[in-house]
Amino acid sequence: MALAKIERVVGRGVHVAGEDIDTDRIIPARFLKCVTFDGLGEHLFKDVRFREDGSKTGHPLDDPRFAGASILVVDRNFGCGSSREHAPQSIAKRGFKAIVAESFAEIFFGNSIALGIPCVSLARADLDQLAKRVESRPDTVLTVDLVEGVVRAGDDLGWPLGIKPGASEALQKGLWDPIGQLLEAKDQIRSVAASLPYMRA
Amino acid sequence: MGKSLFDKVWDVHTVRTLPGGETQLIVGLHLIHEVTSPQAFGMLRDLGLRVMMPERTFATVDHIIPTDNRKRPFQDNLAEGMVKALKDACQEFGITFFDVDSGRQGIVHIIGPELGLTQPGITVACGDSHTSTHGAFGAIAMGIGTTQVRDVLATQCLALARLKVRRIEVSGKLGPGVYAKDIILHVIRRLGVFGGTGYAYEYAGPAIEALSMEERMTLCNMSIEGGARVGYVNPDEKTFEYMKGRPYAPQGDAWTKALAYWKSIASDADARYDDVVRIDAAEIAPTVTWGINPGQAISVKERIPTVDQAPNAAERSLVEEALSYMQLSGGHPIEGTPINVAFIGSCTNGRLSDFREVARYLKGSKVSSSVRALAVPGSMDVAKAAEAEGIDQIFRDAGFEWREPGCSMCLAMNPDKLIGNELCASSSNRNFKGRQGSPTGRTILMSPVMVAAAAVRGAVADAREVFSIRR
Repeated sequence: MALAKIERVVGRGVHVAGEDIDTDRIIPARFLKCVTFDGLGEHLFKDVRFREDGSKTGHPLDDPRFAGASILVVDRNFGCGSSREHAPQSIAKRGFKAIVAESFAEIFFGNSIALGIPCVSLARADLDQLAKRVESRPDTVLTVDLVEGVVRAGDDLGWPLGIKPGASEALQKGLWDPIGQLLEAKDQIRSVAASLPYMRA
Repeated sequence: MGKSLFDKVWDVHTVRTLPGGETQLIVGLHLIHEVTSPQAFGMLRDLGLRVMMPERTFATVDHIIPTDNRKRPFQDNLAEGMVKALKDACQEFGITFFDVDSGRQGIVHIIGPELGLTQPGITVACGDSHTSTHGAFGAIAMGIGTTQVRDVLATQCLALARLKVRRIEVSGKLGPGVYAKDIILHVIRRLGVFGGTGYAYEYAGPAIEALSMEERMTLCNMSIEGGARVGYVNPDEKTFEYMKGRPYAPQGDAWTKALAYWKSIASDADARYDDVVRIDAAEIAPTVTWGINPGQAISVKERIPTVDQAPNAAERSLVEEALSYMQLSGGHPIEGTPINVAFIGSCTNGRLSDFREVARYLKGSKVSSSVRALAVPGSMDVAKAAEAEGIDQIFRDAGFEWREPGCSMCLAMNPDKLIGNELCASSSNRNFKGRQGSPTGRTILMSPVMVAAAAVRGAVADAREVFSIRR
């Protein structure tokens, strides 16, 4: 399985503010009633974008200044709560190719990397500066550069990014979906299984 | 220096280190359900792969199942389609499926232990973040995404970064009317909703050892709400006693061998930990949430925090957001806050001991006329046992609806939902915005006995006073 080598993501950004944004908020449970992930993009952040009467709340995702953004900028502990992969799937289906945050919840991070979505962290002060830039100049081109380990905004701003070294390497080498590697070790899997007292190979 | 249970179990399940540094870890028990798993079978089909060890995966339905009328086909076409997709996939790939008519259906984290599938020293994975529940047995159990469900189906393995281990030692003895739910809400309050990121939590100490197996499940269940993907308790005599005679537990010679393994994997007395946190059980009171994440919790006797008390800008905005959403005023007591709905159930608190404990106090009381109250057993087995003891009747007499097993109003993927901005006293695990099915619905998390007290008073109340709990 040949996967894309993801070394950098370039595009405009949108900042969705808020600490501890959970996966229920990213994609409410009622949209999990599906047997494929197709069509999830339109429900991303649904209940904070629309009031119950269907009117828009003025969420950044619906702000025409940020239309076509492909880098999602969020705050702290993004993606906490439910393990639903529907969350990163809905973000990807909406057209986002990378996420920048202060930090990520663990399961969400792993789910995103396995879909080839780089999730990188910035120090809070740097993140705030990035968010401010995106909000004041939405046309700023952002670069999430895994090779150099920086997030850049336009030609003038840049900050060092954080990401687990294994995840960064997997993205850059095109090994972010682990299935190929896991399948390589079938004999070893059977022998470890046979060595476990409760598993018969 | 000795090893922790986490390190021992991780090491014996390691197949190899992958080129990127992650571990290829073998999964001993894989549980699947209708919401996060059908898509994984589609991925398998697309890749032309088979299920490597179908005998190590077990399926049931829990999230979308109606709790009032389970007649097939379900009224909700989408729900019917999801159950059918799972059933068909199980048939195609040779996986055991505990269907609604099997007598064994229930919330995946309740039936695993009940059936003896969950065992000490094994690895457990499931496409559900509350898989940490199974850690109560001294298993390394974690929630995974759908792509990882595919990985487990195809290879019985996961690619994972090793976690650090934090030991949380709870000394002393819990006071009357204080439960495992209060311990975990207290832990999350203290360590934060992301304090556990990158860690497995090992719960230990006299107050933990004193907990029953079902209480340990409640405790481990909510590890993920503190950011810890894995939480566990070392296995002991209570664990072994619980395992005996369960349908999938080892028997005869296999039992003797298993017991030796189970004893060998407990943390060594001189085990190395990355961090140790000490908590005195005496400082834990009946705890309730006031905000929009499980870390926003206080004792029932405390006042709701104010924006000014927040230590920094991020916290201030969080408190503001939470108070505004919850329509609560900082500085006021949480006790006396009127509720509209009471929910007892979920993988956190939907077990027989939960209903037994509530029934003990609820007998002879009436739910306030302003409250809609739901009791939802976690499994068919729990329902059957509770009904055999007459517990269902005590709930009904008090004014609770006694429903059929499922996840129900914990995440409201079935018809059990809050309406508008109703406020729910809930024994579940998440008070996120919109979690219980209405985008403006509000949740206050608490122990089942505290939910019963709130149902009776029609407002958040101290169960110790409502039910004169002195033990």
